[in-house]
Amino acid sequence: MLSLFVIPGHDRRLIPEGRLSGPMPWVIAIMIFLMVLATAIGLAFTEAGQNVSDQLSSRATVQIIEANPDLKAQQTSDAAARLRGMELVEEVRVLPAQEIEDLIAPWLGQSADGGQDTGGLLEDIPLPALIDLKLAQPIGEKELEALRTGIRPLAASARIEPSSALIAPVIALVRSLQWIAFGLVILLAIATAAAVIISARAALNTHKETIGVIHLLGGTDRQISRLFQRRIALDALLGGVLGLICGAAIILLLGMQLSALGSGLVQSLDLSWYSWLIIGAIPILGMILAMVTARMTVMGALKKIL
Amino acid sequence: MNEIVQFENVGLRYGAGIETLSDLTFTLYPGSFYFLTGASGAGKTSLLKLLYLAQRPSRGLIRLFGEDAVTMPRERLPGFRRRIGVVFQDFRLVPHLSAFDNIALPLRVAGVKEKDLTTPVAEMLDWVGLGDRAEARPATLSGGEQQRVAIARAVIGRPEILVADEPTGNVDPEMAIRLLQLFEALNTLGTTIVVATHDIHLLSKVPGAQMMKLEKGGLSDPTGSLRNPPLPRDRA
Ligand SMILES: Nc1ncnc2c1ncn2[C@@H]1O[C@H](COP(=O)(O)OP(=O)(O)O)[C@@H](O)[C@H]1O
Ligand SMILES: [Mg+2]
Repeated sequence: MLSLFVIPGHDRRLIPEGRLSGPMPWVIAIMIFLMVLATAIGLAFTEAGQNVSDQLSSRATVQIIEANPDLKAQQTSDAAARLRGMELVEEVRVLPAQEIEDLIAPWLGQSADGGQDTGGLLEDIPLPALIDLKLAQPIGEKELEALRTGIRPLAASARIEPSSALIAPVIALVRSLQWIAFGLVILLAIATAAAVIISARAALNTHKETIGVIHLLGGTDRQISRLFQRRIALDALLGGVLGLICGAAIILLLGMQLSALGSGLVQSLDLSWYSWLIIGAIPILGMILAMVTARMTVMGALKKIL
Repeated sequence: MNEIVQFENVGLRYGAGIETLSDLTFTLYPGSFYFLTGASGAGKTSLLKLLYLAQRPSRGLIRLFGEDAVTMPRERLPGFRRRIGVVFQDFRLVPHLSAFDNIALPLRVAGVKEKDLTTPVAEMLDWVGLGDRAEARPATLSGGEQQRVAIARAVIGRPEILVADEPTGNVDPEMAIRLLQLFEALNTLGTTIVVATHDIHLLSKVPGAQMMKLEKGGLSDPTGSLRNPPLPRDRA
């Protein structure tokens, strides 16, 4: 890998090193900029999805549906006691009736404190009792089954739902968006490679005579391609750093605006340090991509002359 | 005496049509001086291209330095090319490099360190009488001066074979004789010289040189020396 970078002085002087020129650095800057944004979005979705499912994966809700309020209270406290005794269960919280009403109220088109229009509709609906559980481990079928067998003798109507099931569609959406973002990154990488191929071919054409001479004087394909590789690597690095700076600035700006909104999911655009590491590596990966592409293009073209 | 170049039934055809060169069979011996003559379009440049590995023959066998140059893998060609110095008919100087850098090119290609190439390149510039034009770009040099840069570039790497395609085409008769003397001096040091020219007057200027004549794509051998090792040249 190092030999791709280090060019002996005598090789460097074979073709005079031009100043960074042409549209290449700019094209690469734009590509890297877009890649940085797409990667940041992809990573933000990954992290958000991860956070949410981490938070919810070990949580479950027990619903006890019973019309008779006394029976319901009895079953609830029995079930809660049993659950507290289980090794699997870390935390048990019986939701107070008021909290359940508050949860339900918006769905009934009523303010939580009881609107004038609908009167005591809430009182007429038998609400289930809810018990929030936090387990010592993520919930799988096995854990669910253990909980069910624990509670069923006490409350036949009890239903246990893992919390992750509730937001599964959201997680699925987040995953799709994440893959779309990463798909975009790949498409951008392909477009970058194509731009490099065009640029390398143009450079080859410009220096055709010189390359022919170096070739006949015994220059190897590697020597010749190194010259182009180096220039294109420099172009790509310059463009890449520019793109990274712009992209990172926008991510930070967006992050600030989102945290000002203070809403749940999007707050997670605060990227973790390893996500930033990945984003920071994009210009370097871009440069390596450009270099390898340039090398393959030049080597391929040289193979065609004897 | 070992052969340095051997051609056997070599044919060259560009695209379709008839062969530009056909049934060339000859041997070149190390340390000899050869003239390749023939009318314009006879195929001199084409034959030299085969010799300096810019072109593969359509058929036949070419051995260079004792190795089969026709089936030789591509990666080995650069190493062989470095043993052959070439003065191209159209010079092929690199336009954006100075005379100095053009002459230094073969040494740089061969990986010679910068500090080790200053002296030989400067000496070579003096040798071709361009000591004061080291920094000049080819475009600012006259045809004859460019030709001398091309010759200096061809010989700086001390090649085992020097191939020169019409090297006196752009210079006055006096300079032509001087250039031939340069070649002779190099020949004295052991380099095999092949000079293509349509100017038969040159031939008499190098006593003891061999002559190959191309006619209608075939080779005639007026001095009869292509199949037999030539006698050592009289280097008096
Ligand atoms: N690259 C090429 N493609 C097609 N024909 C060529 C090519 N080079 C030379 N020829 C043809 O081969 C013949 C010999 O050319 P050349 O070797 O240049 O002769 P000379 O050097 O003796 O003048 C000419 O008829 C020329 O048109
Ligand atoms: Mg010619």
